[in-house]
Amino acid sequence: MKIKFTVQDPCQIVRKSFGEPIAEDLRFVVKSIVGEENFIDMEPNRSNNFCCGGGGGFLQSGFKEQRLKYGKVKDGQIQATGAQYCIAACHNCHAQIHELSESYGGHYQVVHLWTMICLSLGILGPNEREYLGNDLKEVAVFHPETAM
Amino acid sequence: MPETALAIGGQKESFFMKKVMESLPEGGNLNMCLTCGACASGCPATELEGMDPRKFLRMAALGMDEVIEKSDWPWMCTMCQRCIYVCPMKIDIPQLVYHARALRPREQRPKGILGSCDMALKNESTSAMGASPEDFRFVVEDVLAEYREAQPEFKNMQAPIDKQGAEFFLNQNSREPVTEPDELVPLWKILHVVGADWTYGSKGWAGENYCMFLADDRSWEHVTRLTANQADTLGCKVFLNTE
Repeated sequence: MKIKFTVQDPCQIVRKSFGEPIAEDLRFVVKSIVGEENFIDMEPNRSNNFCCGGGGGFLQSGFKEQRLKYGKVKDGQIQATGAQYCIAACHNCHAQIHELSESYGGHYQVVHLWTMICLSLGILGPNEREYLGNDLKEVAVFHPETAM
Repeated sequence: MPETALAIGGQKESFFMKKVMESLPEGGNLNMCLTCGACASGCPATELEGMDPRKFLRMAALGMDEVIEKSDWPWMCTMCQRCIYVCPMKIDIPQLVYHARALRPREQRPKGILGSCDMALKNESTSAMGASPEDFRFVVEDVLAEYREAQPEFKNMQAPIDKQGAEFFLNQNSREPVTEPDELVPLWKILHVVGADWTYGSKGWAGENYCMFLADDRSWEHVTRLTANQADTLGCKVFLNTE
């Protein structure tokens, strides 16, 4: 389908906790799911990645304008990859990057890692696809008759 | 160069920075800044509120405590640690920011973060969205029953709460049980497929910890201990933090 994916390295999991080895694990999983040729890394990445602006309580701090301005760096990184999907394995990243996609007109999809794993295993039901775009909404639907 | 020396309005000695240094290993290296600017040039929060990490550290070093106390910038820094990662002297600016958050009275800190922390203190869920342990149990059991029936390949799938002796203790962001319960399921499926022996806890199931972001040490310790104790009580070997 030639859909391209990038992945957000969560600061908490990568730079602040487990470093480069878990960044490699993340890429191993993502490439296994989407195919190596469909994966494009952001620059910079891994432990050197930029925070999306969703961490540290920023999402709840009330400083929305500043939060979106902070996220401009992340949005630029994602748009530069040209990917249609950004996989976010962290809740805060997921919420923030989703908002960046809408605010800055990138219109890339932001998906949880669990969604992509289940999609690749053929076990993702019709009601578990909230964050998939129209290009993947109808692909390999598990028990389509249960759609709500 | 100005003909007369610039007057710096701060104290002669930095009390705020000194205090922070006392609480950190090696004083967080806070007095080792070479002013190279590697921190500021790679920080997404640079320019917000006219501030950046280097400027913030310099202001603290110069004793401009009042300016730091009044600034909202510590709430716009996410403490992502990219600055310390690129710093040749490994200066712990994020810890300086964290302590700056605590300079103002608790009730004057950002309402959203304050409210989310207070919610977590309301009951033993530690949920920033206020969901009770009973609410959580109801949603998990309801969603599980529905999916076991609708997708027979998963009729034996488990989503246990307080399973004694489970290998993995898993916490859960409140967003799924409270606002989008179908999103709970993909992770359960993955755990089922790989045969993981896991459990949620009735206490401390919620993964988010806004008390930490609030720089309220006592409360965030309470939240963290509650969930860690639950994992210990159940005899779990691995704590899986999804946050």
